Amino acid sequence: MLHVKNVHATIDGKEILKGINLEVKPGEVHAIMGPNGSGKSTLANVIAGREEYEMTDGEIIMSDENIADLDPEERAHRGIFLSFQYPVEIPGVSVTNFMKAAINETRKAQGKDEMPAKDMLKLIREKSELLEIDRKFLSRSLNEGFSGGEKKRNEIFQMAMLEPKLSILDETDSGLDIDALRIVANGVNKLRSKDNATIVITHYQRLLDYIVPDFVHVLYKGRIVKSGGKELAHELEKRGYDWIKEEVEA
Amino acid sequence: MSFKENILSSFMALENEVDTDSYVHGLRNEALDQFEKLGLPLRRDEAYKYTSLKSVFNKDYRLFPREEKNINYSDIKKYLIHQIDAYRVIFIDGVYSSHLSQTTHDTFDVCLMSSALNNKKYATVIENYYNKLAGKDSLSSLNTAFAREGAYIQIPKNTIATKPIEIVNFSTGSESAMMVQPRNLVVVGENAQVQIIERHQSLTKNDVLTNSVTEIFADKHALVDYYKIQNDNESASLIDHTSVQQQANSEVRLHTFSFGGALTRNNLNFVQQGEHCNSLLNGVTIIEGKQHVDHSTLVHHTAPNCESYQEYKQVFDDRAVGVFNGKVLVDKIAQKINAFQQNNNILVSDKATINAKPQLEIFADDVRCSHGCTIGQLDEDALFYMQSRGIGIKEARALLMFAFANSVLESVKIPEIKSRITKLIANKLKVNIGFDL
Repeated sequence: MLHVKNVHATIDGKEILKGINLEVKPGEVHAIMGPNGSGKSTLANVIAGREEYEMTDGEIIMSDENIADLDPEERAHRGIFLSFQYPVEIPGVSVTNFMKAAINETRKAQGKDEMPAKDMLKLIREKSELLEIDRKFLSRSLNEGFSGGEKKRNEIFQMAMLEPKLSILDETDSGLDIDALRIVANGVNKLRSKDNATIVITHYQRLLDYIVPDFVHVLYKGRIVKSGGKELAHELEKRGYDWIKEEVEA
Repeated sequence: MSFKENILSSFMALENEVDTDSYVHGLRNEALDQFEKLGLPLRRDEAYKYTSLKSVFNKDYRLFPREEKNINYSDIKKYLIHQIDAYRVIFIDGVYSSHLSQTTHDTFDVCLMSSALNNKKYATVIENYYNKLAGKDSLSSLNTAFAREGAYIQIPKNTIATKPIEIVNFSTGSESAMMVQPRNLVVVGENAQVQIIERHQSLTKNDVLTNSVTEIFADKHALVDYYKIQNDNESASLIDHTSVQQQANSEVRLHTFSFGGALTRNNLNFVQQGEHCNSLLNGVTIIEGKQHVDHSTLVHHTAPNCESYQEYKQVFDDRAVGVFNGKVLVDKIAQKINAFQQNNNILVSDKATINAKPQLEIFADDVRCSHGCTIGQLDEDALFYMQSRGIGIKEARALLMFAFANSVLESVKIPEIKSRITKLIANKLKVNIGFDL
């Protein structure tokens, strides 16, 4: 589904990613872990197409198409979804209407008609229940005055609405208490299928108790320095990142 | 021929033609003297520091149309709020069009200024109100000297105007360059209510200059809801002078939507003369290219326990220029008033300009006055966020701008106007999305 090949990326002339290779197949969950500043969020943003990051080398193949030159919205139309580490507040646009615009713009790009209002309402009801979101919440301005937990739950709600092929969850667990974490993880798990895939970016192993990965990769200084199964996450939890750093430096 | 010479010779022609023995005739001469004395406003005049009228007045305008133009309803339907039943006072090149208009004299009066000026029945109202409120600045005086036509609206005590009233001035510009000077008078009696929509629309690419004056009187407990839709061609300029006088417990709400025109100058003056008045001055400006929109507002609090509320949201793209000159004047006697002024601007391009000049002059000591002014750009993070959800960059920008302006739209009381404005904004931003936010 997604094939990241030798991706190099810079921001303000500084190289952050130094040759990332990653292959994600349908149905898989990949966790990307690593210490602060290792390039995890950069990788997420580069896949989603954020302009501030310049991809200087490599390819990003999504369903047999190189998407490296596409705009973020075009990538979204091809099924890529990024759950933001810091969701942006947009005063004046309600959650519901934001979703309406997102879904209908995506449908338009895919050559489909707008979703009938009735279907939209049904979908919103169904997905908000999944994330245990209060309906009142949906008429509020997007992310404005939301608590950390509400913002993250709202991200997964959007993911549920858009039904992407590939979801990238960037530090979705940060700022969540244990109850919110459970709701969010539960939502993600319910949305998993053999046809979609998830990349979970996280600092801590905690989230991976709930969203169990098939593969764990350790990112350090812009490279994936170690890959393994879910047991690698447990090892990192126990031993920290220092032994990896030592391995790399040696 | 210079503009001033043109004015003087045209005035002589006008004088021989109209109302030589009426009350207004005397006003015309005084006003012309005043105009001659003051001359055209220049950049060195404080009130026009950021708005040069030079390019507007260096054209050879014809002040009276040569002939009456016939226009079909189908040609202008799109400029009207045609989804609602409304009274209409429609002018083509400054001349009243009876077949496009719908006036009334049933329980209240919606008709032409010319017939009100020439009808004895209205003489008292004219003498009590006409030109009592309009400014004595040079361009208002110019209008007073030349005004022949406009809308006359009088709502008697305890009467509610059942339908909104649309005042639309079309210009066909078959003449090369044309200047029109509409003059409206709105007198709303005690406990009466009215909704008015005003628009100036050029149907040509030729130059048109509108120098319009509107006087609005709201008696005790009156409610006036007024909408100005300014979305004209790039060859059309508008200098508008609207003055509002409010008596105790009255409420006047005035919305100005400025989406187009070469140069638009709105002079909006409110004076509160009784206690517990409420004034609302709201505006949305979205312009691009080389357009120029100037909002100069003045709210004069001369009575205690009143409120005034101003909110102007503006978006400027390309080389567009905006001016917001908002003044609040609080007399010593006007204690316990609450005056609020907010002016938020987004500069979409590096070449766009906003000159914002909020001014508060407060002589009372127990008041609440606040003003805020912001100038910013569209939030890049928000744009990426929206794009990452599949919303194209153009639509994302439009959505952000719309959301920005939306707080002003929320105070629009006529749903058809709100949806019309929404569509105008979507057209303007060249997007096809429903902003039913």
